[in-house]
Amino acid sequence: MLNLKQADIAIVSFPGANCDRDIQVACHSITGKPPRLVWHKHAELGRPDLVILPGGFTFGDYLRQGAIAAHSPIMDEVREHAWRGGYILGICNGFQILLEMGLLEGVLLPNKHLRFICRDIAITAVSTDNPMLSDVAGMTLTLPIAHIAGNYFTDPDTLARLHDKEQIAFTYTHSPNPNGSLADIAGILSENKRILGLMPHPERKIDSIHGGGHAGGHSGRHSSGHGGRDGRVLLKSVIAAAI
Amino acid sequence: MRITITITHKTGVLDPEAQAITTALNNLGYSEVKGVVTGKSITLDVDETDVSRATQKVAKMCETLLVNTIIEDYTISINKTKKTGKRNA
Repeated sequence: MLNLKQADIAIVSFPGANCDRDIQVACHSITGKPPRLVWHKHAELGRPDLVILPGGFTFGDYLRQGAIAAHSPIMDEVREHAWRGGYILGICNGFQILLEMGLLEGVLLPNKHLRFICRDIAITAVSTDNPMLSDVAGMTLTLPIAHIAGNYFTDPDTLARLHDKEQIAFTYTHSPNPNGSLADIAGILSENKRILGLMPHPERKIDSIHGGGHAGGHSGRHSSGHGGRDGRVLLKSVIAAAI
Repeated sequence: MRITITITHKTGVLDPEAQAITTALNNLGYSEVKGVVTGKSITLDVDETDVSRATQKVAKMCETLLVNTIIEDYTISINKTKKTGKRNA
């Protein structure tokens, strides 16, 4: 049986990131071991099993969301970690950073209706052939979104390739999707399926006290029935894949 | 040398801000406005005297950080001194 306590998780902290401690608490509660917080100016990342780029508003969203964080000093090490085949999870602004780094393909445009959206949403794990999502494959999860630029966009060739190679990790379950995302995309994977970026915040649904139940879902399996813990199920799956 | 980079959305990329501005202008009675392109400009003061070298460097800055070329186009214009006019490079 996997010993999650052995997981070495490095969470990169940036100025303006406001979910670094939330994801640290979430991972700690799952593994029993607190992840490391690594300041973005550090030159050393070490050799973590999993790197997490947290949500927030790094550098005030100046220039473009995630653009400046993508060039922080620590990111050379994060890139090397990716090149070695290391696992990375980018949540919300962390997803935007992964796209700006070129580790995932496409961009996140401002939401179609220009509104900041903050609510629970149903997403379906459509990519089934990969270890990061093995515990949630085919399931519909309810997770909170909180963003103003989550409108996924890419060119038709890239979209076709993402589809063919099962790199589309999550889609919004119900149409119309909340932000105008192309093909209802809520999260994607790298080609080697070891880098995952998604807009919803799993760290905000790790305990039944977070409540919520399901935001719906007419297709696919549901998780355990405790909507408040859907984020925990997803995070556990990601961590288990990485160790 | 003062260098201005103008960044605009590529044609075909959803620009909700431009759509909102178009609607607002139309609602104000400016029905002749058929389209709006939004963007931003970034002005750099660069310690460099050679125009072509400066242009090359700034193009690299655009490709590396300042512009997301998937969704944005950019133009670079250079003012060698404040007295001379704009010169497109």
